[in-house]
Amino acid sequence: MTDRIPGFSTLAIHAGAQPDPSTGARTTPIYQTTSFVFDDVDHAASLFGLQAFGNIYTRITNPTTAVLEERVAALEGGTAALAVASGHSAQLLTFHAMMTPGDNIVAANKLYGGSINQLNHSFKSFGWNVKWADAEDPQSFADLIDDRTRAVFIESLANPGGVVTDMAAIAEIAKARNVPLVVDNTMASPYLCRPIEHGADIVLHSLTKFMGGHGNSMGGVIVDGGSYDWSSSENYPMLSKPRPEYNGMVLHETFGNFAFAIACRVLGLRDLGPAISPMNAFMLQTGIETLPLRMQRHCDNALKVAEYLDGHDKVSWVSYAGLPGDPNYAKHQKYMPKGAGAVFTFGVKGGYDAGVAVVSNCEIISHLANIGDTRSLIIHPASTTHRQLTDEQKTAAGAGPDVVRISVGLEDAEDIIADLDQALASIKG
Amino acid sequence: MNHDSYPDTYIRDILDGVKTIALVGASANTVRPSYFVLKYLLSKGYEVIPINPGQAGKEILGQTVHASLADVPVAIDMVDIFRNSEAAGAVVEEALRLPTLPKVIWMQLSVRNDAAARLAEDKGLKVVMDRCPKIEYGRLSGEIGWTGVNSRNLSAKRPVLKSGFQHRGLATSKSPQD
Ligand SMILES: Cc1ncc(COP(=O)(O)O)c(C=O)c1O
Repeated sequence: MTDRIPGFSTLAIHAGAQPDPSTGARTTPIYQTTSFVFDDVDHAASLFGLQAFGNIYTRITNPTTAVLEERVAALEGGTAALAVASGHSAQLLTFHAMMTPGDNIVAANKLYGGSINQLNHSFKSFGWNVKWADAEDPQSFADLIDDRTRAVFIESLANPGGVVTDMAAIAEIAKARNVPLVVDNTMASPYLCRPIEHGADIVLHSLTKFMGGHGNSMGGVIVDGGSYDWSSSENYPMLSKPRPEYNGMVLHETFGNFAFAIACRVLGLRDLGPAISPMNAFMLQTGIETLPLRMQRHCDNALKVAEYLDGHDKVSWVSYAGLPGDPNYAKHQKYMPKGAGAVFTFGVKGGYDAGVAVVSNCEIISHLANIGDTRSLIIHPASTTHRQLTDEQKTAAGAGPDVVRISVGLEDAEDIIADLDQALASIKG
Repeated sequence: MNHDSYPDTYIRDILDGVKTIALVGASANTVRPSYFVLKYLLSKGYEVIPINPGQAGKEILGQTVHASLADVPVAIDMVDIFRNSEAAGAVVEEALRLPTLPKVIWMQLSVRNDAAARLAEDKGLKVVMDRCPKIEYGRLSGEIGWTGVNSRNLSAKRPVLKSGFQHRGLATSKSPQD
């Protein structure tokens, strides 16, 4: 298939995974080993000096994990990828390669709550600052970028609000200011949307969600788009300056358009250490093989559930970009026409108590804090993830007392709807 | 040849077809990309001859350094250029004056000189620009996937492990030693 461009489903199954060279095993073996023998001392020296491709130690590379990395790189259309222990550690390593103390990230204010915490609190202790832009107003990013801005960070489809970000407009702004655009594509997955095609330089995932898809393994990934010129300024010394860790090697000049993925691996992952286990890499890549089928069903089911809720007299509003009347419908059609994802929020009449009643009375929909499982999942943020906030803060964060978030799974849509129907019927009044 | 995107078959035929490579701009500094490439290609069994007037007569990785292409005592299959795009022009002209013409001119990542490429192609040489033979070899052999790079190779065939020259063979192709 050398010079034919394979389709997405073919890549989801084959990219990165030739049969095992030593045994002929067709499924990628789980290389459950910490370390790899050297051919001789010279081979060892070449590997440590990054002069040869090969494995040393599973914190840095592992053959099972490498298949996952190459597969996601192929699905996103990137030059290379680095898989790590979780979505959050993917974010940590990405910004670690870009930031020095006093620099800042201009981030969309509509992000997964955990990411807002990470940027607001943990990153502050590294001296990395964050400035919050309005996810729905590209111009607000332009207004915040200054000469210490090292990254613009957005989600393609924001968790949980159902906001589709105008990626191309924000990419244009970032490019004009020579700042790389980092896009968290967890909620959409590359099946629905490939941010590099809309101007993203780096794409991140929590593989824990739709990519793995079965709610059984944590993982994260950094995809290098290969598009940003790290040597165009003095702003990215990890890439453009001689590195003392490697006797003065300059990573960008040595590794060209996949230098960012290498920097995250040989500086970030090597020194900070959030490695993924080979077992998890195996589970996640097995999940990815069916991503196109699952993601389409997730979206088809989500649309049916959203339509049902939209017509229910105990539901006051539904925020799902796939509904034709939704303010995000046009952006959904532009950026992810195959579907608007499977996570969205709705409001129940009767406020806090009604929200609690719905999540407590579901029978097959699981009450838990995750998204992107085969199973349908539901949560009432005001009584759980956002419990510690004041009412005003809850409402500002999209977690008002009446808000319920659902991650629509792969069960029969009729059964999901029937479960919601009986749960909504339990609301008093 | 369209120098914006090369088919894998074109690159594979080049890497499988050449044996003696003159590396112009070879550095003795062990963290320079040219040193990496020299070391890597030697480990794959290619004969690599470093060219660098400042180092002439000395050795890099056991290979005698020559001042110019004309000083190389054997026929050269491929000239790999680690010089800037402008300087690459003079290197190509020098290569085209050799008594035995090389088969391939290769310019490294970020090096591109379309006029020089046309001169070489008019003489029947193959030209590759803005690529690295180490990366391309690693990509086509599948070896680079160990680093998470998108090799753009799909195959349900078991990779061929060879011994000696090109010990991890280029997928679906025979090396000259087969
Ligand atoms: C959009 C998004 N990004 C990142 C993360 C963090 O990923 P992980 O839980 O794998 O660290 C999550 C998790 O919920 C998420 O939904």
